Amino acid sequence: MLKVLKSGFFATIQDLGRFGYRDIGVPISGAMDVLSVKKANLLLENDPNAAVMEITMTGPTLQFDEPTYICLSGAHIAATLNNQPIENYQVVKVDKGDILSYGRLDDGFRGYLAVKGGFQTDMVMGSRSQYVPVTKKKRLKDGDEVKYGKMLAYSPIISEVKIEEHFHKNYLEVYKGPEFSILSDAQLTEIFTKTFTVSKENNRMAYQLSETIVGHSHSMLTSGTLPGTVQFTPAGKLIVLMKDGQTTGGYPRILQLSEASICVLAQKKSGDKLSFKLV
Amino acid sequence: MKSYPITIKPFGERAVLIEWPNKVEESILTDILDFMDAFKQRKLQGWEMSVAYNSLTMVYNEDHLDFEEIKKLALDCHAEQVSPAIKRKRHLWTIPVCYDLEFGIDIEEVSKTLDLSVEELILQHTSHQYVVYGIGFLPGFMYLGGLPPSLEIPRRAEPRLEVVKGSVGLAAKQTGIYPQDSPGGWNIIGNCPVTLFDPNAKEPCFVKVGDKIQFEKISKAAYELHKIEGEVGIYKPEKVALDA
Repeated sequence: MLKVLKSGFFATIQDLGRFGYRDIGVPISGAMDVLSVKKANLLLENDPNAAVMEITMTGPTLQFDEPTYICLSGAHIAATLNNQPIENYQVVKVDKGDILSYGRLDDGFRGYLAVKGGFQTDMVMGSRSQYVPVTKKKRLKDGDEVKYGKMLAYSPIISEVKIEEHFHKNYLEVYKGPEFSILSDAQLTEIFTKTFTVSKENNRMAYQLSETIVGHSHSMLTSGTLPGTVQFTPAGKLIVLMKDGQTTGGYPRILQLSEASICVLAQKKSGDKLSFKLV
Repeated sequence: MKSYPITIKPFGERAVLIEWPNKVEESILTDILDFMDAFKQRKLQGWEMSVAYNSLTMVYNEDHLDFEEIKKLALDCHAEQVSPAIKRKRHLWTIPVCYDLEFGIDIEEVSKTLDLSVEELILQHTSHQYVVYGIGFLPGFMYLGGLPPSLEIPRRAEPRLEVVKGSVGLAAKQTGIYPQDSPGGWNIIGNCPVTLFDPNAKEPCFVKVGDKIQFEKISKAAYELHKIEGEVGIYKPEKVALDA
């Protein structure tokens, strides 16, 4: 078991997501920045879908009660194991009783903790990703215990890598969305020349951007939405749906983020600046 | 041959959007369901499809989606005559609702606005069959079409921060059931004791797109009973097969 001594701001268990239930309104969920998760699981030689802990902004304090190996990735949140600093993308051996804690957020917004073999929480509808009402709990709380398998001896093929982070970008690559054609020249100019700011309303469901552009009066029937869909409200607000986002919506879908750009946005926080680039 | 033309658009790296004419019509929905049946016959792995009114979003969960290839496949499926043997069975479900004031917290106000007695409002709400045009917004939330114009009422000026699970609401041309506690702006006229989304059930959502719903007025006592029966897993709403 991994004991959550302090849960931090918002930590959840996530894998790559819950597929196959979009037709009954269940979002994909899963890690917001899957590229970071895949890197950590790769270093641990885990299945790419092995469940990890997604740690938002401030880290938890965690205690291991079985020996294993871990790897951190994604945001850099000054982590220490028994008060000794450890780095991202480094396979680290932990022993029974070891305490992992986090300090200042230096880079990015979501850090990942991967463990050898993955976390073994309950699989509900094909995934371990926490999402209410599919899972009972929305997030990890103080005192929670998270199962993982014991690993005494393991010698990783690669124990450490230096990585140029994929999220050090201040632009998002986008495709034209289904309602792209409703945009006027003036709106297009605004969207592709303006710098947008991530607003305080940002979470696993959606990221709202602070700046508005000229609005619209296009009405449409509710239709499918995806993670990375940019919705355009009549008042001119842009809302980017993320992993826990609803599966249908009634606002025009003007842009669609590339898969890689969803991972970039997942590492942005309130106040960060962004622009859009059409691919 | 299908009766309606379609347009096929790419939707990011992993999906395509297929659109039928921009109308809420049962014949369009039937066309979409026939398309899905034809597509499913091909037994391709990795696809998820979700319907909403006049559109079908097709998401591919495997590696790379070749738009031109899938476009051609979609046109083939659209042109195909679907044999009745492979068509998905559609059902009419009777869904119990208790309209008591305890649950129907807005029913008196709604009846005043619509200039109908509460009894007449309930009678109208329960005497129509509603088509399930999509499931989305929340897990198990059905987009129902076919509300009589006499029951059309704007959504509330101020949304509530919490509408309780099972609440049955009216808003514009729609009626629907909140499958879980959620913020919401619909006018609440009753509560349904049936769980519409159960992640631990073999079929987490028993209603399918294309099915129909008819509400049935029940007493508070029957409501309590259905609720308990539901919790122990011995209650399921009545259904009858619909002819395609």
